[in-house]
Amino acid sequence: MLNQTPLWKYLVLIFIVGMCALYATPNLYGEDYAVQISAGRNASVDESLLNKVTETLSSENIEAKNIALDNEQILVRLTNSDSQLIARETLQRALGDDYYVAMNLAPDTPAWLEAIGGAPMKLGLDLRGGVHFLMEVDMNSAVNKSFEDMVSDFRSALREEGIRYRTVRQVEGGVEIFFRDQDTLDKAEFFLRNRNRDLVFTEKNDLKIVVSMSEQKLAETRDYAVKQNITIIRNRVNQLGVAEPSVQKQGVDRIAVQLPGIQDTARAKEILNATATLEFRSVDLDHDVRDAVAGRVPAGSELVLDQQGQPQLLKKKIILTGNHIIDANSSADEYGIPQVNISLDSKGGSKMSQFTKDSIGKPMATVFIEYKSTGERDANDKLIFEAKREVISIATIQARLGSSFRITGLDSPQEAHNLSLLLRAGALIAPIQIVEERTVGPSLGKENIALGTQAIIWGFVAVLIFMLIYYKAFGVVANLALTLNLVMIVGIMSMIPGATLSLPGMAGIVLTVGMAVDANVLIFERIREELREGRSPQQAIHHGYDSAFSTILDANITTFIAGLILFAVGTGPIKGFSITLMIGIATSMFTAIFVTRAVVNAWCGGKPLKKLSI
Amino acid sequence: MQLLNMKNTVGFMSLRVPAAIFSAILVIGSLVSLGVNQLNWGLDFTGGTQIEMRYQSVANLDEVRAELTQAGFIEPTVQNYGSSQDILIRIAPMEGVKNVEIGDRVVAALQAADPSVEKRGIAFVGPNIGDELAEQGGLAMLVSLLCILVYVAMRFEWRFALGSVVALAHDVIITLGLFSVLQLEFDLTVLAAVLAVIGYSLNDTIVVSDRIRENFRKIRNSETEEIINISLTQTLNRTIITSLTTILVLMSLFFLGGATIHGFATALLFGVIIGTYSSIYVASLVALWLGVSREDLMPTEIEKEGADQESML
Repeated sequence: MLNQTPLWKYLVLIFIVGMCALYATPNLYGEDYAVQISAGRNASVDESLLNKVTETLSSENIEAKNIALDNEQILVRLTNSDSQLIARETLQRALGDDYYVAMNLAPDTPAWLEAIGGAPMKLGLDLRGGVHFLMEVDMNSAVNKSFEDMVSDFRSALREEGIRYRTVRQVEGGVEIFFRDQDTLDKAEFFLRNRNRDLVFTEKNDLKIVVSMSEQKLAETRDYAVKQNITIIRNRVNQLGVAEPSVQKQGVDRIAVQLPGIQDTARAKEILNATATLEFRSVDLDHDVRDAVAGRVPAGSELVLDQQGQPQLLKKKIILTGNHIIDANSSADEYGIPQVNISLDSKGGSKMSQFTKDSIGKPMATVFIEYKSTGERDANDKLIFEAKREVISIATIQARLGSSFRITGLDSPQEAHNLSLLLRAGALIAPIQIVEERTVGPSLGKENIALGTQAIIWGFVAVLIFMLIYYKAFGVVANLALTLNLVMIVGIMSMIPGATLSLPGMAGIVLTVGMAVDANVLIFERIREELREGRSPQQAIHHGYDSAFSTILDANITTFIAGLILFAVGTGPIKGFSITLMIGIATSMFTAIFVTRAVVNAWCGGKPLKKLSI
Repeated sequence: MQLLNMKNTVGFMSLRVPAAIFSAILVIGSLVSLGVNQLNWGLDFTGGTQIEMRYQSVANLDEVRAELTQAGFIEPTVQNYGSSQDILIRIAPMEGVKNVEIGDRVVAALQAADPSVEKRGIAFVGPNIGDELAEQGGLAMLVSLLCILVYVAMRFEWRFALGSVVALAHDVIITLGLFSVLQLEFDLTVLAAVLAVIGYSLNDTIVVSDRIRENFRKIRNSETEEIINISLTQTLNRTIITSLTTILVLMSLFFLGGATIHGFATALLFGVIIGTYSSIYVASLVALWLGVSREDLMPTEIEKEGADQESML
């Protein structure tokens, strides 16, 4: 019998469509005004904070719909935007600078949907408002800094080894070392080559060696510069109190920063561009801290607070600044006690060695300096920054230190990790600058959503009416497919974690609605042709679907190729458009071919038909 | 309901010379305009700063221009954007100023003169980024044309592949030509639209080519030209209906989508119309001129063993 669909096929179709529809439902629920609390460097979010937040809110008579601790963040849902504003201010005041309190819109997804991983579509910045920055890492200075390090490293290494050289100097793309005779040159080249396997040594005729970096070393240097900047930017972004920031590497030397909901772009820029540095200083043991706190700070020393808020008396003289740090990472020693390993450049190593040789057994403090915006502006309308110093570690010097040493005696691996991050943050090897900025105000974002939705609805309705008039009963089937197609696009967009809906993405959906009916038009026109040629209705349906299939497949695959290339090459708006286009092509083929066939079969299949309503 | 009820085959190919001349004029005209007027590159490609502001009442563009010039901005472009209250300001990269700060300074200057003016959006693109985006866009277009050429050659035959790629290039050039002649702004979303036009127009071309192949196999003893005419006639209804529904949704996007998406909708709307025309005339015409014939499209098995057994079937 023609045009029968087995039961299992119906079940599979219902299952697929049902799943998509289920995951599309979170988009139907609205959003709650919310306040999100996350911890700064020296604090943590736990049950006691949760209690404190609850108490603060109830004492101020602010009604919260829900207060929940999740993923080291506290989310307070509020009833309206006014109470959101008041709650933010109140909580920030009550919790102090150690916590970041950010305003956010939290999706009001029911618990059972959330439990199965349901979430609404992520909206792009052009729809929800916010700032997008593209920052470029200055690779030249990263590489130059490495060459500078190489120069001083070669000098001291050759000197230590007793190899006499004439000059070591930095040139474009490398370092040159001159010698007086061929013998020493050979000796030096052999020695340095063994010592630095990731460098390329070329001997030139006039008693000169040119040293450059291998491709791999160059790539490593660049990669390190970008990663370091990403770490620093993440720290700073937290300072801004943004609810869902995103900091990502883009291409070789760029970092994309997305800050939804931020309006004061000037402040964001200045904070992102601010610098953090690090100093190693000796602790003043000759004077009493209590005297200093009482007001008698000795000349040459100053008080700096540590992370617990305790004052420490440090000498003003700086042993070493953070720009000598090449790398810092945390690990565990042979007893499993956390430690931080630090490498200095050769200049820093000799300074450290100079200082520590007379100071064994004495404490050394590491001071972290962050330039924080005070929120006030000077006469030139520039934000005023104040240097905020903080002692992040005090360690006893165990031995004379060189260019690599370690800080031990840390309480937890977490602390070691934080310290190593901070140490690296203080040693920015490459400056960054903003090369692209896109700010969308909240009103524009809302308007874009409204416009996009309207365009989709009216386009959709127009096509529905047209198909109904033109294909009658079969038009109803096509319209059902088109509606399911729209539901499936939304469902799949919500399921894919990385997919964001942008305005061009909405345009992609509109376009898909227009093009999705193509498959049905092809099939239906084919059925009409078959009927005209005198086939029975059942035969016409059968042949119509069969012969249109390969055409539809070819046509859609080629459009899909175009979408794939757009996705691969494009950034931002183009990517958003290509994602919805590709999803739309896939779902429209599914609904237009399989779903309509099943519906048509259920409706017409297996019974004698005289006429088709097409 | 039936849009066109054609009992007889339409002689599309008899109009091939006028069609070719028409296409040639459009393509050459577009190329000339692209050479002379070039494209009105948008911010994405030129670099610079673009600020969108909304006034409470009708914005006085001259006043805004005067305020900005007074604040030290050189030759600011100020125009309405979407409505009479919304304005768009464009400022080219400036020497000696941190370019990334221009946007904030413009907002500050305008808000100093009128505190009620609202910042709607700022976009700043560094000059290098613009060049890169243009490069990437061009690359994307070439790569997609190439991939499509390979796919169609694999699925059909090189003559059809070449025909469809010529048709695509025809559509792209003419769409770009329209943007050049009317000096409409060409930004990233328009580029995306042009690439979507490639996808759409190809869709159309494939459907027609598919039918031509099928008819070559089905209808014996017919001239190539006749086969093409029959195929075009058979697919004409579908071509028109699909274009119609697509145009319907694009109209909705054009009129309701807002200023940001206007260029996108314009490019697609125009591209779809040109694409519909080109799939009828350009693609098949090129295949015809390249001498496509029944033998080229026959499945290889039949050619091997079935050629002289026709009478038995």
